[in-house]
Amino acid sequence: MSDLNVMTPEEVAATKAAVMNQLPGAEIQGQSPLHHAELEVLAQKGPKQGGVHLKELKLLGHLMLRMNPENADQLAAVERVLGVGLPLQPLTSVENGNYSIRWMSPDEWLIIVPGAETFDIESKFRDEMGGHYSLVNSSGGSTVLKVSGDNVVEMLKKSVPVDLHDSEFPVGKVVSTVFAKSGAVVRRTGEKEFELVIRRSFADYIWLWIQDASREFGLVVEA
Amino acid sequence: MTQKNRLQSGGRIDRSKSLTFTYNGKSYQGFQGDTLASAMLANGIDVIGRSFKYSRPRGIVAAGAEEPNAVMQLGATEATQVPNVRATQQELFNGLVSASTNGWPNVDTDLMGVVGKIGGKMMPPGFYYKTFMFPQSLWHTYEGVIRKAAGLGRSPLENDPDEYDTINQHCDVMIVGAGPAGLAAAQTAARAGARVIIADEQAEFGGSLLSSKELLDGKPATEWVNTVVEELAGYKDVMMLPRSTVNGYHDHNFLTIHQRCTDHIADKAPAGQVRQRMHRVRAKWVVLATGAHERPLVFSNNDVPGCMVAGAVSTYINRYGVVPGNDLVLMTTNDYGYQTALDWDDAGRKVVAIVDTRANPGGARVEAARKRGLNVITGSAVIEVQGSKRVSGVSVAPISADGKQVTGSVTKLSADTVASSGGWSPVIHLSCHTGSRPVWNDEIVGFLPGPTVQKQLTAGGINGKYDTAAALAEGLEAGQKAVSEIGLAASEVALPAAESVEEGAPMSLFHIPHLKSTSAAPKQFVDYQNDVTAAGIELACREGYESIEHVKRYTAMGFGTDQGKLGNINGMAIAANVLNQTIPDTGTTIFRPNYTPITFGAIAGRNCGELFDPERYTAMHKWHVEHGAKFEDVGQWKRPWYFPKAGESMQDALNRECKATRESVGILDASTLGKIDIQGKDAREFLGRVYTNAWAKLAVGKCRYGLMCGEDGMVFDDGVTSCLGENHFLMTTTSGGAARVLEWLELYHQTEWPEMEVYFNTVTDHWATMTISGPNSRKLLAELTDCDLANENFGFMDWKQTTVAGVPARVFRISFTGELSYEINVQANYGLHVWEKLFEHGEKYNLTPYGTESMHVLRAEKGFIIAGQDTDGSVHPYDLGMGWAVSQNKPFSFIGKRGMAREDCVRENRKQLVGLKTTDPKAVIPEGAQGVFDPKAPIPMPMVGHVTSSYWSENLGHSVAMGFVKGGLDRMGEKVYYPLADGTVIEAEICSPIFLDPKGERQNV
Amino acid sequence: MLHIYCPHCGEYREEEEFHAAGQAHLARPLDPEACSDKEWGEFLFFRKNPRGLHHELWVHSAGCRKFFNVTRDTQTYEIKEVYKIGEKPSVVAE
Repeated sequence: MSDLNVMTPEEVAATKAAVMNQLPGAEIQGQSPLHHAELEVLAQKGPKQGGVHLKELKLLGHLMLRMNPENADQLAAVERVLGVGLPLQPLTSVENGNYSIRWMSPDEWLIIVPGAETFDIESKFRDEMGGHYSLVNSSGGSTVLKVSGDNVVEMLKKSVPVDLHDSEFPVGKVVSTVFAKSGAVVRRTGEKEFELVIRRSFADYIWLWIQDASREFGLVVEA
Repeated sequence: MTQKNRLQSGGRIDRSKSLTFTYNGKSYQGFQGDTLASAMLANGIDVIGRSFKYSRPRGIVAAGAEEPNAVMQLGATEATQVPNVRATQQELFNGLVSASTNGWPNVDTDLMGVVGKIGGKMMPPGFYYKTFMFPQSLWHTYEGVIRKAAGLGRSPLENDPDEYDTINQHCDVMIVGAGPAGLAAAQTAARAGARVIIADEQAEFGGSLLSSKELLDGKPATEWVNTVVEELAGYKDVMMLPRSTVNGYHDHNFLTIHQRCTDHIADKAPAGQVRQRMHRVRAKWVVLATGAHERPLVFSNNDVPGCMVAGAVSTYINRYGVVPGNDLVLMTTNDYGYQTALDWDDAGRKVVAIVDTRANPGGARVEAARKRGLNVITGSAVIEVQGSKRVSGVSVAPISADGKQVTGSVTKLSADTVASSGGWSPVIHLSCHTGSRPVWNDEIVGFLPGPTVQKQLTAGGINGKYDTAAALAEGLEAGQKAVSEIGLAASEVALPAAESVEEGAPMSLFHIPHLKSTSAAPKQFVDYQNDVTAAGIELACREGYESIEHVKRYTAMGFGTDQGKLGNINGMAIAANVLNQTIPDTGTTIFRPNYTPITFGAIAGRNCGELFDPERYTAMHKWHVEHGAKFEDVGQWKRPWYFPKAGESMQDALNRECKATRESVGILDASTLGKIDIQGKDAREFLGRVYTNAWAKLAVGKCRYGLMCGEDGMVFDDGVTSCLGENHFLMTTTSGGAARVLEWLELYHQTEWPEMEVYFNTVTDHWATMTISGPNSRKLLAELTDCDLANENFGFMDWKQTTVAGVPARVFRISFTGELSYEINVQANYGLHVWEKLFEHGEKYNLTPYGTESMHVLRAEKGFIIAGQDTDGSVHPYDLGMGWAVSQNKPFSFIGKRGMAREDCVRENRKQLVGLKTTDPKAVIPEGAQGVFDPKAPIPMPMVGHVTSSYWSENLGHSVAMGFVKGGLDRMGEKVYYPLADGTVIEAEICSPIFLDPKGERQNV
Repeated sequence: MLHIYCPHCGEYREEEEFHAAGQAHLARPLDPEACSDKEWGEFLFFRKNPRGLHHELWVHSAGCRKFFNVTRDTQTYEIKEVYKIGEKPSVVAE
């Protein structure tokens, strides 16, 4: 594949996608998928001790990147934009400061960045990367739940069918799987800490499910 | 009442902890460590139920999962009722409330018992089938009476207050059974560092060792059990599950375990605790160490309370300190059975006789009995029992060496307990679950697990290895084998020394002969729970049933909740004898999941109530709820159906919503439409292949409607796709079809056209979509955007990127109502903000929210189809009158093109979608109604097609409908009739489905 | 419940993460217009139903969303092999 400076007209056309800054001014507050659950209130009023902790990492920028992992130019472009290379090993993830990248599929990665930087990063990708790829902003379509605590593995074992034993699911591993009757992208971020990327429309169901599945351990909501 | 059968000492019960329980309303005492069964026996309760068919009094016969009779109804309150609990497996707790399951009006005076006695001879196998199945229409009448009389337990009428749970587990080695073999396997695997799960249905680990007096290393065997359990508890990766029945063994080493977490504590789980948990285990290797069940012998009146399985009698004495009677007669075909007489004798009660069916027995236990001076009668059998609600005596007679005939005169003995042992049946149930057929073994006189494709090992009793030393050795071996298969180094385990008891050969005998023929002798029960007798099986065979599977179904043998754990082998042996063939030739029926009954709670887990099925919400859901929307389920989505105002009927609300939209402006939450982002230089070509129409010339900024077909040419989805950039498109799908369409696109890209440069991503949830529709929609939108909305600048089927209410948006000028419409898309986190701003500005235009029902009416007035309502997988675009959406000139043979050219697809007289205008404008044809051309034709009338969409149109003042009619497109103006179930007939004229604004001027202004 | 190795994720996953997509290796005719009704009908409707080895198409729908092939014994439910689209099976029915 080509260097950006010597792209053929066809290759330039290949990058032609409609990119737009989707965020309004700061005076309009976004409402995350769990906005209506008023987690801040629960964090203040609810129990402070329990085996499972939950926090919504809301209004982040979610970008779905699709490309050929054998394209060295594109891999280099990713590194220029995010300061870290794509995780090419299946089921792995990488982080660089506020940026994190999850392997989703042999040609698919989920990049999560601070919400306000989303358009900037999208634009950088369009500037830096040539050839055939797709980059889709899906920030409104999903949210991130951080779940942690002494019983977090048991709660997750009730919810997902994958093996969560440390030997099979080390820190950094990421899987897309079934979560109860919905789905989630599950990543281990610590011995007793996981991150779930869930779809907006299922967020309420998953929130109810986690409350129910955590009942025997006690659920602490964090703001 | 006193515990008259309780011993002063011995057993694993705690006599300092007295527990009160009730049975059929009466209060009794038991001890901590009792099962409900052992406590009932301690209290001298003989009759615990009535039999299913003949309503005979029945007592406890076994001590474990195989118990067929003591199946109880538990529960102190209506909400906590649990049917079909085996008293032998229910631990006693203070306040336990139990009742017998069968018997009406009660177990002691039972009306059906009379029927059973009189009707005994008149109730052969198949009785219920033969008597009640015809006429079939009356079965429901019979069923209620029979079920009430026979009694199968009852489910609670109130919601279960307890929490049930399901949890997924993964392990290296799953060990089923924690007897000597299972514990040895667990110890071996755990020491090697394997991830181990060991489950046992009993409250304590130890299996058979808990109820025997055996020594290991010269000490009571339970000391060894304690040492191993303690060691296992120290491993991080070993999970020990007592009170946990492995109920199912499925493909690829997937097992389900039913754990009863609090059933032993109270009627209802303590606050914050889960009552039962279903573990779903995926194991690399499985070790079945499930042991064996003792077989009772089949003889006349062998169901009279006081007749028990020999080993169970020993268990009650040794484990629970209960001797279930005073005067014992033991009948056995083997040495092991003698242990029961020795245990009875040790308990200080009278052994009336040991009746050995063998002529010359001579093992160590036989000698021990003789040494004690017990009365051993050889070459004989108990051919009949006397008594009704309790054994009062037995008839003993000599039998032939092959056990088929009585050879001498009868001696009567007085006794209240008859223990029988016909040998052991390995518990092969789980190995059968995966489809493995058991194999008969003459040496152990039983079925062994057959060949399997599972990564399965077996150890101990399941292999017919009944002595402890052999069981331990096999457990160790299985553990090492599993460990080495997984790739771990072998561990060092020293087994304890077990006593070896020299045993004589057992006799292969199942059915004890009587002086009379089987059919004339008093009933000889094979399957207690379903009242199947030896005579019944013989009759079935004589009636021509040769396959054991057919015999089983005809007689109902093994059909009960106990699945014939005690009786099946005896039944097969009896059938084999009648059919004059061997047991292996006769074969066996296969055991299926579940091993023992399981509560619905444990199966459902937490998938109940509001978690039964996910409810998907849009970003504006909260607003809809606050504004009184009635919701409709569309897939898993909750979509507003209509928004009734106070006092409005549904039709009132629809009329108001539809009129407001046509006259001013309405708003619909369309966020649930599937949305797929498509990028790549071949995106356009790909669209051309999956849609029926042309996409080559769609310019950036334009939108187009498309039909999607299968290879068979039949429509399966539709929607509008917009060109966002030269190589960038946004496809919309039906709400229910989003996932299917995305998978469809991926299927073709991945398997057929991988060379095409295109990627698909779902953005359904990312965009909140709201459609404002109606003549005032432009005015309303203009108040919230700087975008030039003039028709010449922003025409029909254009889209623009702009800002609405301060939020960046993509606005699509597309219409599903036929009105001037704008579909506003903003990132979902801002959807509610924009929605609310539209209402702030919309009040002066009477902005009216409408739901899916008004959407249906509005689009039907325009003749727009809904894929899935007006299509059913059997109609192609031409059937829909939508040939305009098919481009036959595209160079690539798009999906569906060849299919819709098949002979059947181009024939005359296919059913075609047309409009239907009722002669009576007020008549609304029911959807689904079948049309006929001649309403006077004799029944069955030739049907010509059904109505797919039909509504009252307030805007038009008459009903509107669409439906299929044979050759309909060529029958414009002709009449079609819809005869309804109530005898009335609705007459309609075939017309264009476009009832309103046929030129499409309203959407183009 | 099958335990299926996803060749793209590189590990075994539970059946509930997958969808079965029917018989494998059903190539769409390159020139559908040249097919007779009979040929097209066979492509559309006729499928193998073997007792024994069967090559099947599956998709890891809740995981990586990739399609792949599975060779499965329809009697024992054993999975003999999984292989990617475009690859040839090494275990084939007699």
